[in-house]
Amino acid sequence: MTVLEKAPPLAAPRQQWSEPAKRNLGLVGVLVAILIVGAITRPDLFLDLNWLWHNELLILTQSSAIAVIAVGMTFVMIGGGIDLSVGALVALTSVRCTTVATQQFGSGGMIFTALVVGLIAGSINGVLIAYGRLVPFIATLAMLVAARGLAQMISGKLTQRVDVGNVLINQLSFRSVLGIPALVLIMLVVGALGWILLNRTTFGRRTFAIGGNPEASRLAGINIRRHTVLLYALSGLCCGIGAIIVVSLSSAGAADHGDLYELDAIAAAIIGGTALSGGRGTIVGSLLGVVIFKGITNLFIVNNLEQEYQLIVKGAIIVAAVLVQQFRVTALWRRGGASG
Amino acid sequence: MTASGALSRRRLLAVGSTVGAGVVLAACTGNDKTANNNQTVNNNAGDNATPGKAIKIGFSAPAADHGWIAAITANASAQAKKYSEVTFVPVAAGKDVTEQRPAVESLIAQKPDVIVLLPHDGAQMTSTGHKAMDAGIPVVNLDREFSDPLAYRLLIKGDNYGMGVAAGHYIGKKLKDKPNAVIAEIPGIDELQLTQDRSKGFRDALSLYGLKVGPRIAARFTVASGQEVTANLLSGNPKIDAVWNHDDDQGVGVLQAMQQAGRKEFFMVGGAGSLDAMEHIKAGDSPLEATVTYSPTMASSAIALARLIAQ
Repeated sequence: MTVLEKAPPLAAPRQQWSEPAKRNLGLVGVLVAILIVGAITRPDLFLDLNWLWHNELLILTQSSAIAVIAVGMTFVMIGGGIDLSVGALVALTSVRCTTVATQQFGSGGMIFTALVVGLIAGSINGVLIAYGRLVPFIATLAMLVAARGLAQMISGKLTQRVDVGNVLINQLSFRSVLGIPALVLIMLVVGALGWILLNRTTFGRRTFAIGGNPEASRLAGINIRRHTVLLYALSGLCCGIGAIIVVSLSSAGAADHGDLYELDAIAAAIIGGTALSGGRGTIVGSLLGVVIFKGITNLFIVNNLEQEYQLIVKGAIIVAAVLVQQFRVTALWRRGGASG
Repeated sequence: MTASGALSRRRLLAVGSTVGAGVVLAACTGNDKTANNNQTVNNNAGDNATPGKAIKIGFSAPAADHGWIAAITANASAQAKKYSEVTFVPVAAGKDVTEQRPAVESLIAQKPDVIVLLPHDGAQMTSTGHKAMDAGIPVVNLDREFSDPLAYRLLIKGDNYGMGVAAGHYIGKKLKDKPNAVIAEIPGIDELQLTQDRSKGFRDALSLYGLKVGPRIAARFTVASGQEVTANLLSGNPKIDAVWNHDDDQGVGVLQAMQQAGRKEFFMVGGAGSLDAMEHIKAGDSPLEATVTYSPTMASSAIALARLIAQ
């Protein structure tokens, strides 16, 4: 490899869609395809606009918990890590915030508890990885097991109902603002804040830098360890918000909440174009990934089909999404090589 | 030998409350720990109740995060306390067969007079049952059946097929004049034999009334999965006449989804019988009209009979 090679000239800025935007447009295409399949298989329902509107809101509501968690997961994955503990953290926070003791403090106390527990557990992940030098996969795997156990211990394996008195938590899943369910609004707000944090702040730029090339980032003076702790704490915080949504939807906290959420969140991020190796990814893509998954679930159940089929289709979509991305990247690289 | 425990086989459609309710309700739902004192115990008088020689009863059940298993363990230990001569030796069986197997083997090494065993998976624990029987320790197989009858001395299990039949009869009787009625079914984990048995019983009973199961979507025995599945199911079926939900623990989520969708044109039958379900039935504030009990009192029967075997 020659060291003194002339750098290729910078490409002139073209008024074109950026690569992630194109990819997200493709995901919207998948959503449209789901709608078309729906319209073919159940024309009586999907062509009824009133029904369609309510059904789409239902899909968004069902997406809200995992979508919020996927926002945190996207940050962690862009930073080059992975968080396997999110499902167990949802269980732990949901159980902790619905104990009799916590519920005495009302809805505000429950929300506060959920956020704090999520934040602390996420920070423990971060400290283990950044300062204990554990591989993220192992550290969060340990947390997955331990947090689930702790949740079972706290709840005594019972389902903990939300008190009727805690109106805010109870009503969250019933209320809507301007026709949009409150839970969907929470998802949109978290998504918007995540987008701003990722694309418009130093924190976001550093996350891309660390995931793309940790050594170069360290040499550039970024405090990688502190940043890693913050990333996992952020993921934990998102789990806390996700737990509030799940508790409100099901009116209960339970140690079996959040079952396999980690896989759904990771799959959504990957479909959305986030690289498992870090340095690449978008919030919008991850959110679209979640909605696609929930849309498929909805499509199959509305057609009264059993789950085994949707699992196969979901698997196929993950593979297809990654294949498409790989071909794109290869094509780009070839084009770049030819012109430079 | 197969014996049906007096309390375990009772399949009744409980509209209101049943004797077993106290136990299930303490276990399945709610923060109310005080109700836990309410264990059901066989207070059978007569010769069988008089203390005999001192015996040791080993016990192993999964550490599952479901209210029903918690009630099983609580009932077994409460029943054992009734007898002054019985030493109750429970071993934790962890989360799957690979943890339960060594646990039970260590129990065999302690040489109890009899072992009461609720396996994670009947077929996979059969060899361990054999091992205990070979060591001269009679095994009482609870609820999940071994694949070989030689691996147990006594089998006590719940009637899953009967559960489906009971639910089918209740719905069938109410809808027999509506041949095109839409009957939805929300089972629990579909891979389990017990779920298949329940669904078969439900289908068979409904067919007596010329009715068929319409939409059938499985949840995972959890509150959250019950909510998600039901929300989608209701959306896909704008008009439903009846719903049978296999499990009242996941039923918390099922009812919540019905409320969120604002749907009440149908009636619902539950399964297993939790405090929450009983209260909804009593109050009449939800589509839930009845529930089919699957009583964890079978654990009490198991301990009582195990003691007699050992004597």
